[in-house]
Amino acid sequence: MSLLHAAILLPFILAVGIPLLSSLLRSAHTGWFVLPGPALLFAYFLSRIPAVQEGQSITAAVRWIPSLGIDFTVYLDGLGLLFALLITGLGSLVVLYSIFYLDKSKEAVDRFYVYLLLFMGAMLGVVISDNLMVLYGFWEFTSISSFLLIAFWHRRERSRYGALKSMLITVFGGFAMLAGFILLYLMTGTFSIREIIGQADAIANHALLLPAMLLILLGAFTKSAQFPFHIWLPDAMEAPTPVSAYLHSATMVKAGLYLVARFSPVFAGGAEWFWLVSGFGLFSLVYGSYRAIKQTDLKALLAFSTVSQLGLIMSLLGFGSAAAYYSGTGDYQLYAAAIAAAVFHLINHAIFKGALFMVAGIVDHETGTRDIRKLGGLMAFMPVTFSAALIGAFSLAGLPPFNGFLSKEMFFRAALQMLRMDIWNMQTWSVLFPVVAWTGSVFTFLYSMLLLFRTFTGKLQPDKLEKKPHEAPLGMLLPPLVLGLLAVVFGLFPNLLAYTLIEPAVASILPRELSAAGKFKVDIYFWHGWTAELFMTIAIVAAGTILYKLYRRLTVLNRPLLRRISLNAAYDGGLRSLEMASQRLTNAYMTGSVRRYLIYILTFFIVALGLTMIGSDAFRFDTSGYADMSAYEAAVAAALILAAVAVPFARSRLTAIILTGAVGYMVTLFFVLFRAPDLALTQMIVETVSVTLFLLCFYHLPKLRREKLNVRFKLTHVLISAGVGILVTLIALSASGSRAFDSISDYYLAESYNSAGGRNVVNVILVDFRGFDTLLEIMVLGIASLGIYALIKLGADSGAGGLQTPAPRPAKQTSIRLPASNDVILRTVSKGAITIILFYSWYLFYAGHHNPGGGFIGGLLTASALVLMSMAFGMKLSTRILPVDFRRVMALGLLVALLTGIGSFAFDAPFLSHAYDYFDLPLLGEIGLATAVLFDLGVYLAVVGVTMTIIYTIGRDI
Amino acid sequence: MELFMSLTIGVLFAVGVYLILSKSLLRIILGTSLLTQGVHLLLLTMSRLKTGAPPLLGEKADAYVDPLPQALILTSIVISFGVTSFFFVLAYKAYQKLGTDNMEELRGDEHE
Repeated sequence: MSLLHAAILLPFILAVGIPLLSSLLRSAHTGWFVLPGPALLFAYFLSRIPAVQEGQSITAAVRWIPSLGIDFTVYLDGLGLLFALLITGLGSLVVLYSIFYLDKSKEAVDRFYVYLLLFMGAMLGVVISDNLMVLYGFWEFTSISSFLLIAFWHRRERSRYGALKSMLITVFGGFAMLAGFILLYLMTGTFSIREIIGQADAIANHALLLPAMLLILLGAFTKSAQFPFHIWLPDAMEAPTPVSAYLHSATMVKAGLYLVARFSPVFAGGAEWFWLVSGFGLFSLVYGSYRAIKQTDLKALLAFSTVSQLGLIMSLLGFGSAAAYYSGTGDYQLYAAAIAAAVFHLINHAIFKGALFMVAGIVDHETGTRDIRKLGGLMAFMPVTFSAALIGAFSLAGLPPFNGFLSKEMFFRAALQMLRMDIWNMQTWSVLFPVVAWTGSVFTFLYSMLLLFRTFTGKLQPDKLEKKPHEAPLGMLLPPLVLGLLAVVFGLFPNLLAYTLIEPAVASILPRELSAAGKFKVDIYFWHGWTAELFMTIAIVAAGTILYKLYRRLTVLNRPLLRRISLNAAYDGGLRSLEMASQRLTNAYMTGSVRRYLIYILTFFIVALGLTMIGSDAFRFDTSGYADMSAYEAAVAAALILAAVAVPFARSRLTAIILTGAVGYMVTLFFVLFRAPDLALTQMIVETVSVTLFLLCFYHLPKLRREKLNVRFKLTHVLISAGVGILVTLIALSASGSRAFDSISDYYLAESYNSAGGRNVVNVILVDFRGFDTLLEIMVLGIASLGIYALIKLGADSGAGGLQTPAPRPAKQTSIRLPASNDVILRTVSKGAITIILFYSWYLFYAGHHNPGGGFIGGLLTASALVLMSMAFGMKLSTRILPVDFRRVMALGLLVALLTGIGSFAFDAPFLSHAYDYFDLPLLGEIGLATAVLFDLGVYLAVVGVTMTIIYTIGRDI
Repeated sequence: MELFMSLTIGVLFAVGVYLILSKSLLRIILGTSLLTQGVHLLLLTMSRLKTGAPPLLGEKADAYVDPLPQALILTSIVISFGVTSFFFVLAYKAYQKLGTDNMEELRGDEHE
């Protein structure tokens, strides 16, 4: 564990603690407890800057699944640090903003902050993890927390739709990325990103490199909402605005950029990477900005703007990848400048877009609408908000003196640089790059101005607003103002960032180039002379202003594009037909008939098991070691088979039950023959109690009907049964014929007395060697008995099950009525018998450790004595004789067993360790006492409790 | 002996499966009960039969039969007792509430 691990875990820990904390202090807004978390982390990451700036990286590992090469390794270099600062810095501002945005009395704020913190932790995990599998886990976690946050107002249908859409698309990309990671692992044999980068040269010509690249890019493009996967982002705007500002513009959607940047050292330098990343980026830039113009909802406009801006950064990462090709030549610095531009714009975009989203949130909050057709003239009412909006929009449009201007100029310079490329078919296509970049920027200018002026200037339309507009509270204004201030500061003094954040990040994206040429130079000047890019900006302003004036008249600008055929329709239609197809498929075999399902299962069982056995040549029969067989045993076996076969033919319930009981007793005999005294005892008692129970329960069930089935059905059933029977016979034969490895039983036989002090090996296994199994087993029993109790007691409130059919009560009698003539004899005999059985059960319980017996057998026998008592004297009288709540007895038994187990902790031994010793007691002589006996006592009590609970519950009900 | 036992086990399984496939709840429960018996015998047979004295070290025998399947079966017997009881009560309550013990009539709603 290191501080970095702690930094990732802190938000998760806070997420767990926040609901507890806020329930203790109800009066304060939960956000105030959350705020110190990201603020602290931000300070911590700031303090790491000097170290990272000097080229040090921080690494720490926690072993997780070393056998699979998966360890929780964290790694902080320039790129990771940049993202960590964005995540925690913007996180702090967003939390502050949300305190005023979400009304404590109306919204589930605790839930909101839990999700937000989960996201923050996961996102930190994505950018700091060195291990691909850990990265993947955090990556999907961000998708899930994004899903939860989009669906925060889950009563709205649009919210749920948007949440599902974002989840389906990003998780689909995540899966593709996982496949890409696995391909990388196949090529390099490691999941560590640094080690993979170290082997980048070795795998450069590997056949799997291209598929891996495509799959990883799919993950990046879906997450960063690149065309055509951008469709989830506008729908994600259903989330509360702080979430949109944080996840869907500043951080999560940049995870795709992070991925591309992180894997640049592996993939960059090839034509495919260059064209895919630049191409998708440039297309998303133009497409997003064009679609943004048409939006009337402020947040939808900002969403498309985000698509376009992410495309811009993506394309810059693509341009910069050419630097890897020109590595070592004098030209590389010119191409690498594109990477610096990408990093710079990434920071700038987070700042100005964050401010704009917060402004949109304020407008929505204070006027009740985000529709720019209804807005206008807000400048007079919200001067502070307007200032923040102005800075944000001008920065977005790329106007001086704001930070967006500088990175936009750098973007143009990089695009113009493409004209000089003469590889990868660029001779033909390079002229498109500056043209596309310029066109996209004109649209960007246009929608920025639309956003700003149509909201804040013009005529106020008070009748269309839900509220009377007024300025927002200070807490809501502060975060966008801080961001606006940063936009100005970084615009005027870009070199504050140049060597603190940008250069280290570039160094992580282009490590090989730097090792050759030492430090990378980042030159950002506010005034860079009358260059081509400056003229491009002037042309943008001119063209943009003309378009702005013409906006209302040009339908190509303000009407939605293609109503019918759209990607959204394709998504919706695809989802719908998938659902329908799977529904049809499911309905084809899920008929609601349990028997039909059983037939599927059993057929599969026969085919799969049979084929496996044949395939592995497992049917070997070695008769040599078989035990001999006496006539007596043959007779028992024959009786058993006869009884079993007769069951389906039985006409009455009673016969069927008794025949099954007969099978059980025959099995008991086999246990005796096969030297298993414990089993024989247990089976005998269980069989007796079971038959009692059978008869008790089926007293009222209808007569068995002959099964009226058509022959085809019956034949299927017979065939399947016969198949199972034959298969099991063969398996039994081959299993007893061969043994693949030595049994562990010898160990138990050897150690039973030495280590556990017991001579009855079976009992010692149960209470000592495998005590944990037994503990869980009595718990299962307890659950079964409580289930029975619940079925009968809770079902008593009729109609609780919501069943339509009115139940014709078949019962004519309501209590057990034993034949009167037997009463006297039964009672007299039982008095003695009960005493004897009880004492014998205690003997069996105690003898268990050395001789046949033990907790199970003792408990069952005690229970059967009690059953006999209640049969002879009636339920009422026996509860008066023995006023015990058997559910308590069961609980007590479980508690005793559990405490015995826990007790071993006091002696520094693992759970359920037992000790034993021998004592000389008066009268009883030398006696062995083991803590295992205490555990067995727990078993005994639990079994008595369970059995009696079952019998009494059923007996009382009937 | 193993041959005969395997045959017995096969019969128990076949009859158990046949009963499970029937319509009546009672038959189904009896079927699971028979299946359980079959499994117990299968476990015991798999570890070879009658290879020594019962696994009680007081017997001072040279060889003992395998204690492990016995421990497994003991657990299984008790658990199956609990499960079978639960089945019974379920069947009994289902009949009481719905008036039938026929599986075909106990189907859920089409659109559930």
